[in-house]
Formats: sequence, C-alpha cells, structure tokens
Amino acid sequence: MSLLWLRFALGCYFISLIYAFVALTRTSDLFSRIALHAASLGMVFHFVSLVELFLSGRVVWASVHNGESLLAFLSMTFFMVIYSIYKTTSPGVVVFPVVFFLTFVAAVDEQPVLLTQFVSHKGWLVAHIILIFTGYAALVLSFGASLLYLLQERRLKAKKASSLISFLPALEVIDQIGYRSLLLGFPFMTLGLITGSIVALTTYGRVDFLDPKILLSLLMWVVYMIMVFTRWNSGWRGRRAAFLATFAFVAALAAWAANYFSAIHRFAAS
Amino acid sequence: MRFQLIGVNHKSAPLEVRERLAIPESHLPDTCRDLTAYPGIEEGMVISTCNRVEVVTHTANGHADLRGFLHDHFHLTAEELDAHLYEFREKDAVRHIFRVASSLDSMVVGEAQILGQVKEAYATARAVGAVRGQLDQLFSRAFAVAKRVRTETAVGSSSVSIASVAVELAKKIFGTLQGKNVFIVGAGKMSELAARHLMAHGCASIFVANRTYDRAIGLAQKFNGQAIKFEDLYSTCDRADIVITSTGAPHAIFRREHGEQFLSRRKNRPMFFIDIAVPRDVSPDMAKLDGIFTYDIDDLQQAVSSHVADRRKEAELAEAIITSEVERFEARLHTLDVVPTIVSLQDHLETIRQAEIDRVRGRMGQLTPEQEIAIEALTRGIINKVMHTPITTLKSAAKESEATTVVDVVRRLFNLQVKSTTPDSKNEVGTRH
Repeated sequence: MSLLWLRFALGCYFISLIYAFVALTRTSDLFSRIALHAASLGMVFHFVSLVELFLSGRVVWASVHNGESLLAFLSMTFFMVIYSIYKTTSPGVVVFPVVFFLTFVAAVDEQPVLLTQFVSHKGWLVAHIILIFTGYAALVLSFGASLLYLLQERRLKAKKASSLISFLPALEVIDQIGYRSLLLGFPFMTLGLITGSIVALTTYGRVDFLDPKILLSLLMWVVYMIMVFTRWNSGWRGRRAAFLATFAFVAALAAWAANYFSAIHRFAAS
Repeated sequence: MRFQLIGVNHKSAPLEVRERLAIPESHLPDTCRDLTAYPGIEEGMVISTCNRVEVVTHTANGHADLRGFLHDHFHLTAEELDAHLYEFREKDAVRHIFRVASSLDSMVVGEAQILGQVKEAYATARAVGAVRGQLDQLFSRAFAVAKRVRTETAVGSSSVSIASVAVELAKKIFGTLQGKNVFIVGAGKMSELAARHLMAHGCASIFVANRTYDRAIGLAQKFNGQAIKFEDLYSTCDRADIVITSTGAPHAIFRREHGEQFLSRRKNRPMFFIDIAVPRDVSPDMAKLDGIFTYDIDDLQQAVSSHVADRRKEAELAEAIITSEVERFEARLHTLDVVPTIVSLQDHLETIRQAEIDRVRGRMGQLTPEQEIAIEALTRGIINKVMHTPITTLKSAAKESEATTVVDVVRRLFNLQVKSTTPDSKNEVGTRH
C-alpha cells in the first residue's frame, strides 16, 4: 500500500516537474499555482506513504528506497517552508526535478534491503538518518538557490528587457533563501556525521577514514564548511558561491553513490 | 458618416505583403486621384509607411468595393491579399484612424513618427483635392485627438518612466527598497527625479556629492540627506546600495579598482549604479564585476520602451480618451448632417410659397401694400407653423443615432437635393495642424 501512495505522490510531482521546465522560459501565475497545489497534494500522498510504512512495522530505515523517499519528502518540506516565507515557487525549478527523481527511484519497487551488519544502537541510527537527510535537503535547496542566483544575475547583467518580468524573485531574496538553507543545513549535517561516527564506533569499534563513503562524506562536509565560512566572512555569492555549492552537491551525490561500494555503509543484502 | 477603411499593418500582414503594397511618396498624389475616381468613392486618402498601408475613404453609400480597388491598383489577386486585410466602417473606421494617429496601433506604442506620416499623407491628398469635407473633418479631429493623448497620458513620454524603471530594476536586485541607501553623484534634474522615486519606495537615506559642494548641500536638504565632499566620494560610496551618477566628467569616475574596493568593504553585497551621465561615469570594466549592476541611459531607455506594465496602463487611459472622442465626433457629424437638410427644406418650401403667390397674384389683380403684407404674413405663418415640428424633430434627432434615418426620410418626403456640407462646415472643424 505504501508504494501505491508513493506512486500517487509521484504523479503529482510529475506536474510540478513540468512546471520546473516551463518556468525557465515563461512566467505564468496560473501554472505556478497549479504546480504548488500538485506539490502539496503529492506531499499528502507522500506523507501517508511514509506513515503507512512506519505503521506497517516493516520499516526498514536503512533501505535505499525508503531513504530516497524520506529525502524527497524533506526537500519538499523545505520548499514549502520557503514558499510560506517568500511566496515564491522558483526554487522548484531545482527542487522539483530532484524530488521527482528521488521519488521515482523510490517508487519503482519494494526493496527491503538492510545493513549488512547488525546495528546495536538503533536510536543512533535513526537520528543519524534523519539528521543527515535534513542536511541533504537543505543542501539541495541552497544548491538550487545558488543556481537561481546565477541565472538572475546573468539576466540583470544582460540587461534584457525580460528581466523585468522574469519569474525569478529579487536577487537578494534568492540570496537569503540560499544563505538560510545553508546555515540551517550545516548543523544538521554536522550532527548527522557525528551520530554516524557514533553508530560506526559502536558497531565496528572504529571509524575507517579510508572508506570511500566516509571520505566523501567528510569532503562534502568540508566544502559545506568552506561555503558557510566564505559567505559569513567575505560574503561570497554569485559565481564563486555557485561553484562551491555545485562542488558540495556533487560531493553529496558521490557520498550517496558510495553506499553501493562502501564496506561499512552498505545497504545491499549480501 | 459613411467612412470606409481598408488596410494592412505590421500585425495583419508580413513584411513581404506590406512591401508589395507600399506606395512611394512620388506616386501618392496619383494614387489618391485614382482612388477618388473609383466608383462609389467620394473622398479618399492613402497612408503608406513601413508598418502600414491604409486606404481611408468617404463613400457615396458606405459600400464601396475597396478590396476591388486594391486588387486593381496593385495587380494582386484576392488570394494573395485578402487574408491580410482588415476593414472598418463608420464608427470603427473613425476609432481606427484616431488610434493610428495617436500611435496606439504602432509597433512601438507611443512612438512619435506616425503622426507626422499621417499628416503628410493628409496634406498630399488634400493638395490634389481628394480630401475635402468629411475626411477633412475626420483627420483634423484625429490630429487633435493625438495631441490630447500625448499631453494627457504618458504613452509617448519616457523621462518619467526612466525613474520608475530604475525603481523596478532596484527591486529586482534588492527585493524591497526598505532601508536601502541612495547616493547621488552630480546634482541634476534627472537624478533628483530618480532619487525622489526611490525614496517614495522606502529607501532610507540619501547622500549627495557634487563638485560644487553648495549644490550638494542644497539637494541634500531637499531630501533630508547628507552632503558629502567630492574628494570623500570613494571612501563613502560603499555605504550606498544604489548610486545615481550624472556628472559632466569627460572620463569615467568609477573604475574597476573602485568597484573592487567597494565590494570588499561591503562584503560583496550587490550595488546598483544608475549611470545617466553622457559620457558615462561608470567604466564598462567595472560594470563587469560580479555584484555590480550598472544601467546606463541607453539601457534604461530600452527598458522603458518595453516596460509593459506602465505602457499598458497609459495605453488604457489613451483608449478611454479615444472612445470618448469617437462619441463626440459622431455626435458632431450628426449635427452637421441635419443643418443642410433644414436649410434646403426651408428653401424648398420658400420656393413653393413664392410660386404660389406669383400664381394667384395675377387672378387677384392689383393689391394694396397692406394686402401684400397680409398675404406675405399669412403664407409665411402657415409655412412656419407646418415647419416647426419637422425642424425640431430634426434638431433633436441630430443628437441621437437615428439622425441619418430621419434626415433620409425628410429628404425623400420632400425630394430634397442637399448640397455638400463642405464649404461652410470647415470653420467648425477644430484645431488644424
């Protein structure tokens, strides 16, 4: 059943996805309202899907697909929070495709795969997953915002008349969205990594820093920290910030992909 | 009112079609003559510009074959042409002419050239006698309407809109202008206007720097702002988010190194330069810096010409003016329509009266002067009494839309031949340019 609800959610997210592509070329109030409603409805289905999964007792926290589903839901929640503050749907241009992709992968089929090793402290594991996913979701948002910032900056610099009617919010608003997501996401990411280390320590007795998963996660965290620092210290934004954000995002993707070849952070049942 | 209009413009026809219809200036008089010689057409003129070709006529019965004229004149077939044509009659034709002259139908709404082109076409047609009574009135009115639209709306003006575009752009960068600081470099009318707009949208404070310090103080006082010595310009400029610069300096006063300084002191918060000086005050390589947004006078003007919201609002205002002018023009034409009918009705009855008196005078023999006067008074009295109601009806009908019908009925009942209203109505026709 959970999967069915998720597929309903996927259908709704698909409408939002179309918006993401259309919004790049034209502005339509009606369409952004439709996308917003579709996204909200999708979130309701998505929430039902997650709750049902949880109640079914078969909750498999460490399943890749469940993780993706949770991450998609958290990203959408972030998007909605931003919408309620800034009344703009434009971050959807980046968020919607990411959410759609994650949900799509998660909705393909059931995949009840577990950590290969028995985890002794389940509480720490759950905390780790939720914290790190919130950090990821915030990262997606700040990545999206930095791309939009770049786009808006280009439009203003190009002095095209259409810059007056573009769908993008003001440059400083985009900047604030990005900066706030960054500031919010950083502590979650940090705590997520700490809890992860605790889980690793309690399970294996040590943290293997040469494991690709851990190495990439640390790299991502360092880039994340550089972003926060340069922003706070010298107000980096625009091209340089977008460059860093892209780097952090790619590192995050790589860290995620490392699940498939990490010795200790493996999901696939062996 | 039997105006008839046919034409193509940039919206209805592609350039290839308009090219084939375009009439060189030297051929215009002949075309006008051909037009008036065409069956059913009383008066006619042709407006031919790169964006439009319009044939405007006053016809005998309101149903002249203008398409036929175009086909004949340009040797084009119906298939080639007809899909691109628009046709207007009577009131709609009047409205269209008013809109064209007021530049509301132009590709760039509000451009001033079209009015001059219409005036030239009018002068050409008038010179060859193709425009006389009705079209003369129509175009004289159209020119007056165009003038009214120009003075009463901002459709054609750009100086006001530049300031509002500057505000619009600032909002695209900063979101809200609340709490933003403005720096005016070089006191001038334009920069003052722009500053006023920015303050009206919530900007917090204003700094003014000018080569002549006294002028800076004067302008700063107007806005409750702060005057800055010109030599302190570079050390204070980073405090402003928006800089309006309009000095008469022969070289750029803001160069790349200044921009870098400002940005590092501002922690890369963006700055918006409105450069309305010619030659420019902000060097192009500074404008390239990330976080510096520079709009010079050309950029602003360009933004203005496509500033949709403002234009639309002003164009709506202009359309309202045109609607009321069309009503007025129609009402006046009707009044003019009935006057000759009344006159010829009176002439007609007077002729009958005279003829009857002459006829009976022979039978009655010699009449005393008193009798003469009595007969005169009697016959006149009868006629005046009989005429009273029809004339009042005609006059009141003039104000309604039924005027033409009533006039037609009266003319037919009395078999009146009405002369053209042209010669004496000219004085009433309003402003001529």
